Amino acid sequence: MIGVLLRVGVLLAAFVVAVGAAIHLSAFATTAPDYAKFSLNRERGLTTIPGVIAGAIKLDGRSVMQFGLLLLIATPIARVMFSLIAFLHEKDWLYSFFTFIVLSALGFSLLAR
Amino acid sequence: MNTLEFSVLLFAVSGLAGFLGALTGLGGGVVLVPALTLFFGVDVKYAIGASLVSVIATSSGAAAAYVREGFSNIRVGMFLEIATSLGAIGGAYLAGVVTTSFIFIVFGIVLIYSAWLSFQRRHQEEHRSETPNRISKVLKLDGSYPAPDGSQISYCAEQPIWGFGVMGIAGVLSGLLGIGSGAVKVIGMDHVMSLPFKVSTTTSNFMIGVTAAASAGIYFSRGYIDPALATPVMLGVLGGSLIGARHLMDAKVKALRTVFALTIVALGVEMLYKGVMGGK
Repeated sequence: MIGVLLRVGVLLAAFVVAVGAAIHLSAFATTAPDYAKFSLNRERGLTTIPGVIAGAIKLDGRSVMQFGLLLLIATPIARVMFSLIAFLHEKDWLYSFFTFIVLSALGFSLLAR
Repeated sequence: MNTLEFSVLLFAVSGLAGFLGALTGLGGGVVLVPALTLFFGVDVKYAIGASLVSVIATSSGAAAAYVREGFSNIRVGMFLEIATSLGAIGGAYLAGVVTTSFIFIVFGIVLIYSAWLSFQRRHQEEHRSETPNRISKVLKLDGSYPAPDGSQISYCAEQPIWGFGVMGIAGVLSGLLGIGSGAVKVIGMDHVMSLPFKVSTTTSNFMIGVTAAASAGIYFSRGYIDPALATPVMLGVLGGSLIGARHLMDAKVKALRTVFALTIVALGVEMLYKGVMGGK
C-alpha cells in the first residue's frame, strides 16, 4: 500500500518533469544556460504553489517541470499523512502526536514565506 | 554549450552519481553537489536544491523497490524524524545566511568522513544486549525482525536521547548540504542506539526522503530549486540509482566501491581547498 503510493508518486513526478523538459527544450534548446549566479526572485511565479500551478496550466515548460518537482516533494509528505492515519486508527496518541509534529514541520517548510 | 547539450551532459553525470551512490549506499547527493559546483560551475545553492530533489526521488524509489518492509521500524523512524525534520529546516535556513566558503568546508569534511566510513563497513551481525532502556520502553522503540531461519529476532533501542541528538545533526547537514545524510543516520541508529544493521538501513531510507522534503520546501520558496537544472539531475539520479540497486550483489562492485571512496576523498579535498580559498 505504502509501496504503491511511493512508486506512483515518483513515477508520476518523473513523467510530469519529463513532459515539462520536452516543452522547455523545444523552445530553449539552443540558448545558453546560466546557473553561475543566484538571483533571488528572478521568477516569482516558480516559488509559490499557486504560481507554479498557474504556469503549468498554461503549459509553460519551466512551470510544468516545477509542478512535477512539487509532486515529488509531496510524495514523502503523503507517506507521513498515511502514517498519521494509521497511528490514529491504532489509537496510539503519543505517536499520532509525534507524526503530527513531523507533518507540521513539512507543511511549514513548504508554505513558509 | 547550449541548454540541450548542458541538460544531456547533466543527465549523464547525474546518472553516474546515482549509480555509484546506490552501489556504495552513500546516495547520489554526496557526489552530485561537488560535481555540479566544481565541474559545471553551478552556484552551490542551485546545486543543493537540485540534489535535494534527487534525494527524495531515490529514497522513495528505493523504498518502492523493496516494499517488503519487514525490517524498517516506523516508530523509531517517526520519533527520530522529529529531530531530522526540524534540523533540516534549521540547516536550510543556515544555508541562506552562511557564506559559500563555509558550505564548501563543511561539505569537504563530510565527504572525507563518509569515504572513511564506507571503508569500515561491517559484515557480521554482532550480538545485541537485551537490557531494555526505560525511555525506549515508554516510546515503544523496540521491535523484531525476521531471521534467515524464519524465527523473529527482537531488539530494543538504547540511548534514545543521544540518538535523537545525532539525528538532529544529520538533519542540519541534510538541509545545509542537500544530501540525504544516510551515513550519519545509520551511525545514529546503528552505533548509538544499537539497532540491528538491517533495521537501521531500511529505517534510514524511509527517513531520508522525509528529511529532504523538509528542507526542499524552504529551498523551493526561496527560489533555489531551478526546474531546468533539477529536472535532468533528478531523472538521471533516479535512473542511475535504480540500475545501481540491481547490481548490489555483483562481484565487481567491491573494487568499484574502493574507486568511489577514493573519488569522494578527492572531491572532499577539492571542496575543502575551494572553501579555504574563498569558494571561488
